[in-house]
Order: sequence, then C-alpha cells, then structure tokens
Amino acid sequence: MYAFDFHRPSTLRQANSLVGKVADNKLLAGGQTLLPTMKQRLASPAAVIDLSGVPELVGIEQKGRNLVIGAMTTHAEVANSALLKGALPGLAALAGGIGDPHVRNRGTIGGSIANNDPAADYPGGLLALGATVVTNQRKISAADFFTGMFSTALDEGEIITKVVVPAGAKFAYAKFRNPASRYAMVGVAVAKKGAKVVVAVTGAGSDGVFRWADAEAALTKRFNAKALDGVKTPAAKGLNSDIHASAEYRSHLIGVMTKRAVTTASGK
Amino acid sequence: MPKVSMTVNGKRVSANVDARTLLVQFLRDENRLTGTHVGCDTSQCGSCVVHVNGKAIKSCTTLALSCEGANVTTIEGLANGQDLHPMQAAFRTHHGLQCGFCTPGMIMSAIDMVNRLGFDLSEETIRHELEGNICRCTGYHNIVKAIQAGAAAMGGMKVAAE
Repeated sequence: MYAFDFHRPSTLRQANSLVGKVADNKLLAGGQTLLPTMKQRLASPAAVIDLSGVPELVGIEQKGRNLVIGAMTTHAEVANSALLKGALPGLAALAGGIGDPHVRNRGTIGGSIANNDPAADYPGGLLALGATVVTNQRKISAADFFTGMFSTALDEGEIITKVVVPAGAKFAYAKFRNPASRYAMVGVAVAKKGAKVVVAVTGAGSDGVFRWADAEAALTKRFNAKALDGVKTPAAKGLNSDIHASAEYRSHLIGVMTKRAVTTASGK
Repeated sequence: MPKVSMTVNGKRVSANVDARTLLVQFLRDENRLTGTHVGCDTSQCGSCVVHVNGKAIKSCTTLALSCEGANVTTIEGLANGQDLHPMQAAFRTHHGLQCGFCTPGMIMSAIDMVNRLGFDLSEETIRHELEGNICRCTGYHNIVKAIQAGAAAMGGMKVAAE
C-alpha cells in the first residue's frame, strides 16, 4: 500500500476535529475491507484516522424500545451479546455469519455499513429492521442511508457513531453463500413488526440492497413461507450476473432464501 | 516515523515504524518472530493468526499502529521452554500437518476456539470454526483430530492445575 499519515484519536471529539482538518483522510474502523483495498492500491488516502482508540464508540445497550449498537462494536461482540441474543436473536445470528472468526473479531458494524458492499449482510438486516444510522451530525434512516453499490448518504467528514435498531420485531436473515468467498450470493432479511412486513435483499441487486414489495404484500396477509408460493421472484433484470451465478439463478434464490428467513423468523 | 509499543509474548517491545506497517510485518521483520506466516496476504488463509488482547485476529489485515498498548501472543509465546503447549503437542501426536506452513495459524485459531467454546469440541464445531484457516496439504482430517485432542488436553491441564 502507499504511504499515509496516521492519526489515532482517543475521543470522539478529537476524531471530529481530525476529520474536519486533515486533508484527504479516510476513517479506519476494523480495516477488514479498507486495508485489503489499500494493499491492492484501489484506495490510497493521504491520511488514515483510526477509530479503534475511541472507547465511546463501542458497546451495546437497550434504550427504551431500541437497541443501540456503537459503530465500533465488532461482529463478534454483536454475535455474542446476551442482550441481542435475547431481544433480537436474528441480528446476533446475522453478525455471527459474517466472514470468519478472526474477521469478526476486527470488523465492525459501522465500518461494514459505511462501505456498503453489495454482498454485505448488515445492509439487508438494518433496512428490514428499520434501523437508524446516527452520525456526528445527524440521524439517517436505513432506507435513506444505503444509496447504491458502495455508496451511502454519508458526507465528507461525517462519522457514524451508532446504529439504533428498534426491538420487538420477528426477524431473521438467511443467506446463500458463495462456496469459495463465503460472501452472500443472495441474502434475505425479513422483519415483521405488528402488521408490517419488510423483506430486504442483499447480494443479488446490481445496485446494492433493495426491498421486495411483492413478497412484503403476500407476507403481510399471511406470515408464512407458504404465502410466497406463486409470488413471482424479482425480475432478473437489475440482478447481478457473474461467474458465480446468473441473474435468473439469483432471482430463484431470493424466493428460496425469503422462505427460509420467514420460517426462522416465525419460529416454526 | 511514529512510534508503536506493545507487549508481545509477555515482553514489552517498541519501534518507530512506517504507518503502513502491518502487525505481521512488525512481528516478523521488527521482532524476528517469524513463526507467524503470511500465506495469502488477503485475509483468507489464516496462517497469520495471532491473539491481540486475547482475541484471534489476522495480523496481515491489522496495522501495527492500531495495536498500540495491546497484548499480543504469537505461536512463539505458547511453549513453556522445551515443553510444548498441549495444543502444539496434539498437532505433533496426531500429525496435524504436512508442510507446516498453516500450522501456526491453525494452532492459534484452535486455542482461540477453546477459549471461546470450551474443552469439549465436536468435529462439526471444529470444522465450522476453521472457516478462516486454509490448509492445502492435509485435507483437514488430522487437524480436526489434533484440535479435538488438544482441547481435551487443555481441559485436563486446567483441572490438574486447580
């Protein structure tokens, strides 16, 4: 990788000040994507601001009806959180399925969503759950946050500080892994809260995470995998097609993984 | 160049490093601890696994400067003099290696597995937990056997010490 200046703030206040004044900076969270990208010289920031020394960005707590997850909380911490395993086990399971044990010990929720890899797991989960991304400047709903492949609503100098997830939903995430890379070829997150059902699909869309309206309509009437029988899966146009899977195959997998997620979410 | 200090295998070490120095480079080049290997350099193979503050991580995908003040354990920090760590001994007994290149990472991952999941590990658990470690020689069979035996031996060691 190319040389860069390095900053490691120990408070959010210091981090805020650094992102504003250091030219051409990039925030480093767990580094499980950024460092490989820099090694390949696909990214070459003049300065790296490492957030791993900011303890106030780490932790999971319940605040009223919400679960609040600090941006620098690792996938392993989310996966093993007793609070989340009780209140929202599907989200703990989602985090426990990211990468491998070593990657989960470094990779963070904030880093993952800021990157918005179209095959990442969190975007689907957070969109389905109606989560809110909190930054040093504002609050952004997940629906507005994920704007396209590797792109988000974040502005320059904006730091994700936490993710607020409403509790109380029946929720599950089911993914079909690429057998070699283990990334999601198709991942489907299903959340049911009250009468409202959201189905969010990751890995398949050529422009990142998207909602599948027809499935939502069918599942709102009856929250059961059988309700999806006869519902046409999303059109192949707009889905990824590559050496791993054709768009038609991905479309089929969306139907299969949605059914699996519904079955898990409804506890049947 | 910025200075970084950490504890490696119980010893305080520090050096001035280029900011882009990876933890694995710091360990191998700066501290001559060449037991930690670089296999793929793309965080897939796991031969660079070390423990940072008690957690297994891939040292090829971590900056040395991010480990300021951390407590690092490498494969060199396991044995007690000439006495192998029970997990190392189990890899030898069960022939859990052929060329040996992946072995340091396998052993560090195996000990992390025991730390998280206990001494009684099923074959299924071990195979699943080895998702981040690649071996191109053995077909994994003896690695799995070695980890199961090593985990049990670590349990025995603990009981005996109590």
